[in-house]
Amino acid sequence: MEKTWNNKAWFMVLPVLLLVAFSAVIPLMTVVNYSVQDTFGNNQFFWAGTEWFTEILQSERFHSALIRNLIFSFIILAIEIPLGIIIALNMPRKGLGVPVCLVLMALPLLIPWNVVGTIWQVFGRVDIGLLGHTLESLGINYNYVQNPLHAWFTVILMDVWHWTSLVVLLCYAGLVSIPDAFYQAAKIDGASRWAVFRYIQLPKMNRVLLIAVLLRFMDSFMIYTEPFVVTGGGPGNSTTFLSIDLVKIAIGQFDLGPAAAMSIVYFLIILLLSWVFYTVMTNYDAER
Amino acid sequence: MARIDLNHIRHAYGPNPKSDKDYALREVHHSWEDGGAYALLGPSGCGKTTLLNIISGLIHPSHGQLLFNGQDVTNLSTQERNIAQVFQFPVIYDTMTVYDNLAFPLRNRGVPEAEIDRKVRETLDMIDLASWTNKKARGLTADQKQKISLGRGLVRSDVNAILFDEPLTVIDPHMKWVLRSQLKQLHQRFGYTMVYVTHDQTEALTFAQKVVVMYDGEIVQIGTPEELFERPKHTFVGYFIGSPGMNVMPVQLAGDTAQVGSHTINLPAPATPAGAKKLELGIRPEYVRLGRQGMPVTIAKVEDIGRHKIVRTKLENQDIAVIVAEGEDIPAEPHIAFDPKGINIYADSWRVGGN
Repeated sequence: MEKTWNNKAWFMVLPVLLLVAFSAVIPLMTVVNYSVQDTFGNNQFFWAGTEWFTEILQSERFHSALIRNLIFSFIILAIEIPLGIIIALNMPRKGLGVPVCLVLMALPLLIPWNVVGTIWQVFGRVDIGLLGHTLESLGINYNYVQNPLHAWFTVILMDVWHWTSLVVLLCYAGLVSIPDAFYQAAKIDGASRWAVFRYIQLPKMNRVLLIAVLLRFMDSFMIYTEPFVVTGGGPGNSTTFLSIDLVKIAIGQFDLGPAAAMSIVYFLIILLLSWVFYTVMTNYDAER
Repeated sequence: MARIDLNHIRHAYGPNPKSDKDYALREVHHSWEDGGAYALLGPSGCGKTTLLNIISGLIHPSHGQLLFNGQDVTNLSTQERNIAQVFQFPVIYDTMTVYDNLAFPLRNRGVPEAEIDRKVRETLDMIDLASWTNKKARGLTADQKQKISLGRGLVRSDVNAILFDEPLTVIDPHMKWVLRSQLKQLHQRFGYTMVYVTHDQTEALTFAQKVVVMYDGEIVQIGTPEELFERPKHTFVGYFIGSPGMNVMPVQLAGDTAQVGSHTINLPAPATPAGAKKLELGIRPEYVRLGRQGMPVTIAKVEDIGRHKIVRTKLENQDIAVIVAEGEDIPAEPHIAFDPKGINIYADSWRVGGN
């Protein structure tokens, strides 16, 4: 059959183009617009060029928030991924335990983020919180409001509690897709428990783990609500992660120019790191 | 290699089996020779995979004993029994190379690396994958993967038996023949004891020296392909083997004649089973002659399948399939006659009489 060549197909793409334009491109361009101009209100703008970008990239405050956030993401990945795998490996495969475990696992994921923050804010309080009070009565001088280390401990514990389930559920989905024959063959081949994990279970979880790492990295790099509710970024600036800092600059100080420049840098960092993760992990996948 | 004795083995999946119905495997009591190639043939759910898993040790039988070379292995684990098994879907370790896949069972057993290298290369030659040694196993085709599964068993020189659980299910039809004949060659060259589970009669009949036909948790017949074809011990074997299966019809017996409807058929030998509730005559379509003499029939359908024609006829109310050579005519007033040497008599579904 003769193929028809014309540009009518563009009309079909138009709705989605419009949707993307309104949901992503136009807001992003507004931010770009702010980032290269200075404003004193009254809708008066002055051209600022790359000034805000230079300021942000050289600012001590941005650097420390960035480093803090990278350390935070690294720690929670280092805990949640292995812990998620271990829990998924030990979850039952059949019987009544399956739905029970799945519901228990899904529970933290269903709680709104600011509620999670509130739960932990109360949970950690020395006077009425279960965690805070228990630690206090054990003789540990726990105080997340004043001690930066305790604040970090609380925020990390909260994130592990909130998000390990996601890793567990993803890994579990990978694990249940392995046919019984693989385990039987491994038995016949005399494989040890470790060899079964290394050569059967891990390769099958490969893809879901890639997704888990990407999701958890992006989410933790953009974390705002929970630490904002629990610590408000403090004590001092010790738990001020990038997005908390950004909100402080944009809404607290109303420095729209620097805030816009920071948003763009922030966005590019996430894009870059996600791309690096994805490329490294898929290349590794293709090589093997 | 080992001789396998199945000593009054029964198995139920439920915890408290009471009646025969609760057993997936009713009672199996047989000896399988060292170096034999056996095919377990039967429809889905007849217990053949259960029997295979009992031999491999993945299932512990509810009753009975399993002996390898006279030694009781019933309570040994799968590893200790030293068997190899090829599953329905190819099981390979897809992050490893072909070489490492074959070396895996040996490395798990702590065999020295030099010995491993020798054995693996030898096995790769046997299964014809020598040129793939360092390729990743996951890039292979289904039949090559299946050969790797097999290779992981062959590489251990001391395996007692190689078990196959419908290994050709996912293989392309044209590769099935190739793989099956390679298996047969391996068996002839190295004399492994092989047990092959299938529901495909062609596969069973071409692979095995002895075919074990299972039905409803029981072994109904063990025999060479020829025995199964000529002298099915049970009407089920008659139906199940052959294409189309055996014609089975109710009869009344009187000395050396049988009465089918209003027709009398001469039997090759007198058969007088005592106390049977149900008497039947079985004859394969290959032994029914269509011509101008004999019992008048009507023709319901003619299926031309290329090599020959299958003629579905009706003798009074009885359906009878007849195989007619491609060149032969079908007469206008068709009659059929039974070749006496193809007649088998069944009492309560079991065959009556000698040989």
